[in-house]
Amino acid sequence: MGTLGKIARRTFLIGTGLVAGGLAVGYYYYHRPYPNPLEGELEDGEVTFNPYVKISPDNTITLVAPRAEMGQGVSTTLAALVAEELDVRLDQVIVEHGPAGHAYANTTMLEEGVPFPHFDESTIAELMRSGMAVAGKFLGLQGTGGSTSIVDGYYKMRQAGAAAREVMKLAAAKRLGVEPGTLWTADGAITDPASGKIFTYGELAAEAAALAPPSEIRLREKADWKILGKPQKRIDMRAKVTGAPIFGIDVRLPEMLFATLRMNPYRGGPIVGLEASAAEKMRGVVKVIRLETSIANGFAVIADNTWRAFQAADAVQAEWGKGAYPPDDAGIFDALDEALKSGEASYGRDDGNVERAFADAPRERIVEAEYRVPYLAHATMEPMNATARLKDGRLDIWAPNQMPTLVRQLAAKAVGIETENCFVHTTYLGGGFGRRGDVDYAIYAALVAKETDGRPVQVTWTREEDTQQDMYRPAAVGRFRARLGDDGLPVAVDMRIAAPSIIASILPRYFPSLSPVGPDKSITDGSANQPYVIANYRVGGVKAPVAIPVGFWRSVGNSFNGFFHEGFLDEIAVAGKLDPLDMRRKLMAAYPTAVNVVDKVAAMSRWGETLPAGTAKGFAFTLSFGTWVAQVVQVTDVGGRVRIEKVWCAADPGQVMDPAIFEAQMMSGIVYGLSSAIGEEITFADGAVQQSNFHDYGPMRMFQCPQIEVGLLETAHRMGGAGEPGTPPAIAALANAVHALTGKRIRSMPLSKEVEFV
Amino acid sequence: MKLNVNGRDHEIEVEPEMPLLWVLRDELSILGPKFGCGIAQCGACTVFLDGEPVRSCSVTVGEISGAVTTIEGLMPDGRMHPVQQAWLDEQVAQCGYCQAGQIMTAVALLEAIPNPTDEDIDNAMSGNLCRCGTYPRIRAAIRRAASANAGA
Repeated sequence: MGTLGKIARRTFLIGTGLVAGGLAVGYYYYHRPYPNPLEGELEDGEVTFNPYVKISPDNTITLVAPRAEMGQGVSTTLAALVAEELDVRLDQVIVEHGPAGHAYANTTMLEEGVPFPHFDESTIAELMRSGMAVAGKFLGLQGTGGSTSIVDGYYKMRQAGAAAREVMKLAAAKRLGVEPGTLWTADGAITDPASGKIFTYGELAAEAAALAPPSEIRLREKADWKILGKPQKRIDMRAKVTGAPIFGIDVRLPEMLFATLRMNPYRGGPIVGLEASAAEKMRGVVKVIRLETSIANGFAVIADNTWRAFQAADAVQAEWGKGAYPPDDAGIFDALDEALKSGEASYGRDDGNVERAFADAPRERIVEAEYRVPYLAHATMEPMNATARLKDGRLDIWAPNQMPTLVRQLAAKAVGIETENCFVHTTYLGGGFGRRGDVDYAIYAALVAKETDGRPVQVTWTREEDTQQDMYRPAAVGRFRARLGDDGLPVAVDMRIAAPSIIASILPRYFPSLSPVGPDKSITDGSANQPYVIANYRVGGVKAPVAIPVGFWRSVGNSFNGFFHEGFLDEIAVAGKLDPLDMRRKLMAAYPTAVNVVDKVAAMSRWGETLPAGTAKGFAFTLSFGTWVAQVVQVTDVGGRVRIEKVWCAADPGQVMDPAIFEAQMMSGIVYGLSSAIGEEITFADGAVQQSNFHDYGPMRMFQCPQIEVGLLETAHRMGGAGEPGTPPAIAALANAVHALTGKRIRSMPLSKEVEFV
Repeated sequence: MKLNVNGRDHEIEVEPEMPLLWVLRDELSILGPKFGCGIAQCGACTVFLDGEPVRSCSVTVGEISGAVTTIEGLMPDGRMHPVQQAWLDEQVAQCGYCQAGQIMTAVALLEAIPNPTDEDIDNAMSGNLCRCGTYPRIRAAIRRAASANAGA
């Protein structure tokens, strides 16, 4: 902690200087602890200017977008950040994910992990954020998560484009004997207006790469942007509508074998017995191997065809030892309830004096409720998979993953080689949603590759395995109370939430020697950090000791706290006889950005208009990942069943780099949230997960999908993310709409346990 | 065993009970059809069998006598099919993994019903799952392709 503290103080000034001035002050010089990962993999004649730009003599311009493209459009928008300053068109560049490298560390991901709400801009909060940013740089974790990619790339990728452009101008100026400031750049070429001479970047690249960029480069003003802020054609769209082989599961290599695995369904339990002789005799089967790791234990079948591997895996007789958690939902929720009742809480928020506020509260002024949510699976459309080849001491991993440097480190360790001899090729991801922030699939593939004598092997999970070996969104329970004032507004809100800790689950999987300490703020994310002003306002989180593997699921703690907090506020409004939207507006009056999105969604949805019988609306607001989001869901009664008709969403992330992609992310987040609310649930019986495939873990289908209208605002003065913030309010707004329609207050998910959706 | 895919004959030596999907992907490296569930619940593996959409994960290669068309066969002359063009124009795909199957199902829908109602679209498309929530843009793309049809 001492080191971190020192680093934090040192970089505070750097951080402020960068943000305030928007200047690239010798950026690549003092940010140079890590080498440019592109140096080692240039094509003949190609040169690289920094980790984000490569140019070859024929003017092939390659931009590196070093974040997982899992559908969120990040490769297009990151490339746009570079292209804007480099003065190239998006349709004239190649965009690659690039190699794993500490140079691509995501410092924002850790920065946003500080225990301060997004709107807290106090010195201590900012100091902690810059300290975490440096820690992130120090750890060099290249990761995609926390809706941070664009915020993280906003300065550094534009600076990368600008630095390359400027050295190109210097090279042209030298050739022509003119001042660089007189030259124009556009479409990957430099024009000298005096002589009419034109050079492509490719012609100048080799000379330019040898030059140092000017010490100060001013980034373009927003008003001068040609690409940013405007909807772009996605760079991955053509491949995706033509069925191109771009996913992990599409990797094909000479001599490649195909494998699958079965891990102990009693999560974390050992292998007691394994009988594979029948399986090993089956057509195409190469061998059956044991996989024993700190993540899970099981076996893999290596064959010459994935289906043959699946068939043989069915023929293996395994005896499994039990897991160290209650075997069924009753026991699991007892453990959660016990933690809620008597566990030690950590308070993410404690304003005023809640105990005193309730001590003398008249009974009729108190609202109380208990909420709960189940475990959830990610259910990415592309099942977990990875391809690995271990040959001559070099390990190559092709994997759709969100954490390439972690894959590199842990896969190398698993097969006993040095990290630098492991090469990670990040493919497109057929969905991520946080699941591929875990790296179990890559470690298993590396272990399987140890057994194939240098031949590459693709390890594909069945959907059943994907569903039953997920790192789930944790189940959670909450107990809430409020005291209403004479005007119906709450004068005190007290929330206590218990859930298994994600970080306490992840660390031992990958770093068994580390033991997680301290509170896990994700347990109260979405409840403890919302921009409401309530005189006495306390939110406590308790870590529940249930050893079922949990992980990051789109919007993480916000995915249940959005429901808890906004569901409960809706109850308060009903009890206080207040309009739920108007009540939020009053409680958030101190935060203009919040009021702006509330007003916007009210106007979009014509909140307050008289609705026909059998139609109702629900409202919710959640600030998550730096983006302020208000939503209204409209539902209708269809013969006693509920149809989700329409969703209106107003979002303010401060700045929108691509409105079409941002809107698509809001829609995506909304559907993901609604999908969970209308029918997703992972349950346990006899120690194992009961669901196995899409027939019993049923995501939303086309006929259930509402119309969605998104409105964007840019009034917040700090930038927020896109991938996750759409999810939390959708779940709560639907529950509130169902209450408005049916009078039924449903306090547990999925809602389909009590109403039927059509 | 002979198998005709996208107008080309292939000689394959596999068990007749192997699902078509795995013959395409692992034997022939035709990778457009995706593995999603293996039980005909998600539609990611949708291909045409003699012009009719089927879930290739749940049809065994032994039961096939006709010609198979995968998404790779939608553009024999290299030009995009109008449905693919509509997908491009509406910028439908996010992760993209389900989209080959979505497009195949939409092509079949528009061949059967050139001007589908919203209900027709819901009925035809509800067997194809998407986890990224592209459904609203899929609807828009189908309507766009339908009106392009009508205009042509």
